[in-house]
Amino acid sequence: MNGAGGGQKSVKALAMEGLWTNNPIFGQVLGICSTLAVTNMVLNTLVMCAALILTLSMSSLSISLLRSWTPRNIRMMIETLIIAFYVIMVDIALKAYWPEMSQNLGPYVGLIITNCIVMGRAEACANTQPPLTALVDGFFNGLGYSFMLLLVAIPRELLGMGTIMGFAAPYFSGPHWDKWIIMVMPPGAFFMLALAVWLFRSIQGPQQKEGAK
Amino acid sequence: MNTDGVLVQALVVAFSAAFTGNILLTNFLGMCPFLAVSRQVKTSMGLGWAVLFVMTGTCILNWVVYWHVLVPLHLEFLRFIMFIIMIAAFVQFVEMLLERYSPVLYQNLGIFLPLITVNCAILGAALFMVIREYTFVNTVAFGLGSGAGWMLAILAMAGIREKMKPDRIPQGLQGPGITLIIVGLMALAFMGFTGVLSGG
Repeated sequence: MNGAGGGQKSVKALAMEGLWTNNPIFGQVLGICSTLAVTNMVLNTLVMCAALILTLSMSSLSISLLRSWTPRNIRMMIETLIIAFYVIMVDIALKAYWPEMSQNLGPYVGLIITNCIVMGRAEACANTQPPLTALVDGFFNGLGYSFMLLLVAIPRELLGMGTIMGFAAPYFSGPHWDKWIIMVMPPGAFFMLALAVWLFRSIQGPQQKEGAK
Repeated sequence: MNTDGVLVQALVVAFSAAFTGNILLTNFLGMCPFLAVSRQVKTSMGLGWAVLFVMTGTCILNWVVYWHVLVPLHLEFLRFIMFIIMIAAFVQFVEMLLERYSPVLYQNLGIFLPLITVNCAILGAALFMVIREYTFVNTVAFGLGSGAGWMLAILAMAGIREKMKPDRIPQGLQGPGITLIIVGLMALAFMGFTGVLSGG
């Protein structure tokens, strides 16, 4: 009971932590750099998030697998190299099979390497935990990150361009809707993210006081 | 005329990197340290200088590495790893130099230097420089401009945050929330600079 039950519970706990209590965006406020820029289009955001989830889970797994062979004092360098390895694979695959998307995302795929959340999870979890835990932790952190970004991306594209994933939305693409151009511009991203952080931190309530101040 | 043209072009690149295309406010790069360290003007100043210096240095270094090592060898796909290694090496080197020759500066900037290795703005600047295919002179201008723009943004932010310390803010909005709203307003203001370049 302890084995199976314990394993199940820990996956659940990890999921809860990554998606909600310690969400990368509104809990840890990490790694918003490289992905905010692509949230003006839902499709770009989806691709970016998929790339991030893949990199985050795979690099967590690899770092965890190698953790006992990694010398402490050069571990940051090794972690960076492992992350870069997966990012390069994603980048090359995108360039080969979806050149337009690769063009759209520009340097931001490469910037996953310095995305603080990847390094943050590597340091906080993958470094000390067994491979499977690290993989699950990486995956759910990526997922928690993605759903927040989608929450930012959907209103931005809808209000700013009247479309969702490039398809015209019923009311917003019509002549009655004055498009909010500002939403697709950089300030719109900051405002939407601020609102999202505000909303979720308020729902979470006072239990999170530590991180706020 | 030729040198004039080059200089003017470099100036335009530097200006647009610092203002119209501010790396923080329009490209969202370097947000993590920006949110974490922008509480006080004094520390922001230190970090700002460090970013300015490292960004200029690594842009130049990475330009040389990319166009004179990676491109001739057809190893462009290695640029992420190369850039990261160059940045880490540069930061380490500067840290050692500072420690040896300028203890005062080391005390002021020392703690910020390791932080900078994982600052996405540094890597981002290097990647933009490659994508936009800048010449050497423009790369120098771009590095300087981006660094100065980042520093300007964090100083302005720290100034505002110091002033609003006594203000009462809704619980959920404290910390990152309110900071993001202010950054949004700043980005809005910086968008006004766009007219300067396109209007001539």
